[in-house]
Amino acid sequence: MALSNVLETPPSGFNFENVFRNVALEGLLEGGHTKAPKPKKTGTTIAGVVCKDGVVLGADTRATSGEVVADKMCAKIHYIAPNIYCCGAGTAADTEKTTDLLSSNLTIFSMDSGRNPRVVMAANILQDMLFRYRGQIGANLILGGVDCTGSHLYTVGPYGDTDKVLYLAMGSGDLAALGILEDRFKPNMKLEEAKELVRDAIHSGIMSDLGSGSNIDICVITKQGVDYIRPYQESEYQDKRQRTYKYRPGTTPILTEKIVPLEVEVVKETIQRMDTV
Amino acid sequence: MLQESSEPGWISEEVKTGTTIIAIEFDGGVVLGSDSRVSAGETVVNRVMNKLSLLHDKIYCALSGSAADAQTIAEMVNYQLDVHSIEIGEDPQVRSAATLVKNISYKYKEELSAHLIVAGWDKRGGGQVYVTLNGLLSRQPFAVGGSGSSYVYGFVDAEYRKGMNKEDCQQFVVNTISLAMSRDGSSGGVAYLVTIDEKGAEEKCILGNELPTFYDH
Repeated sequence: MALSNVLETPPSGFNFENVFRNVALEGLLEGGHTKAPKPKKTGTTIAGVVCKDGVVLGADTRATSGEVVADKMCAKIHYIAPNIYCCGAGTAADTEKTTDLLSSNLTIFSMDSGRNPRVVMAANILQDMLFRYRGQIGANLILGGVDCTGSHLYTVGPYGDTDKVLYLAMGSGDLAALGILEDRFKPNMKLEEAKELVRDAIHSGIMSDLGSGSNIDICVITKQGVDYIRPYQESEYQDKRQRTYKYRPGTTPILTEKIVPLEVEVVKETIQRMDTV
Repeated sequence: MLQESSEPGWISEEVKTGTTIIAIEFDGGVVLGSDSRVSAGETVVNRVMNKLSLLHDKIYCALSGSAADAQTIAEMVNYQLDVHSIEIGEDPQVRSAATLVKNISYKYKEELSAHLIVAGWDKRGGGQVYVTLNGLLSRQPFAVGGSGSSYVYGFVDAEYRKGMNKEDCQQFVVNTISLAMSRDGSSGGVAYLVTIDEKGAEEKCILGNELPTFYDH
């Protein structure tokens, strides 16, 4: 009954058999029509829902760099205009810069025309820019806001495709979040219900996806104004540091000290008066 | 239609096709139809997308191929048609719209991968359907496109008859899309229908459970 081959003790030392297996697999995969899996780039769960009086956006707060959490309290909901906010998934730098650029352009537009920008404008400008860069800008954005025409939710992909929808989830945790949204979304929900729904959707993403985690941020946009709740819910897994990691002055002994005075020579001096009121 | 997604590296390839689109002309107008699925790899990103996009009051186009490319072409042509119709002082011809789409498709053949079927009504030619695949321009009594079209070429060839009226055409379109959706993994969701005639364009959405069913083993 005993399987003798299972219980034999492995040879001592490291075993590099799998290296040969991996090389063989790589060869097989490349030669065929499948590619070897690439490491995950980023992890995020972002979601948005249009409710009766406005739009609710939600996001987790984990930023990853490979397998390490780089930032536990990263802000993924970016300001675009007083009435428009944008959640970004994908390459963090790209989403930051793209949303900053969009925000500047819309501010200039508001000053020029004297009007609050519309959500559809923001979506069109984003689409224009991302299409021009042919997918090189890795930004998956959920744009939500309330303007004079109502509440709107748009998604813009890195290649420049847009969709106007009532509820949405993006990022590596999107399937988990979408499951919750598909189950409980109803058109014209009340605000509190919508906040709970988005919270649950992000929570599901955090629980089921390795790339999402930490806290949940919620941003509620209505005609009356914006409520940016950060964090809406803190992670249950708060780490409590056992000791402080500060070192008192003198911990590192000073062996020698040499002071070299730098001689600067004044070559030219100009004084310019500024009119300050 | 497919859309880029930024998660698991092995899924994010360029936006590819997953669609069924069809347009057919009858005496006095045209009927366009499409499914509503947008996928990125194996994920369905949007299950209710309307792929019938307006180019002008009585000219619509059906989008297939790369989502970003097709949407952009449609928007550009929409703008160019608006300018053109102001210049000539009347509604543009369907052939003009199709030519504008063809020009973009041909000039940027290497960079773009989208196929638009243009269909509409104008007072000179009545209902017309044009295909603009790969930069050609050809008028046809009916046209199918997208990944799901492969599964229904036989059906449309066998069932099409000349001289169908508006209701027959609508039924034909709904049947075709229904059959394609049941066989093509990249097509699904709901069916959108647009009927264009002298009076204008009428949009309709047929939910999944209202679609006709065929032999379903």
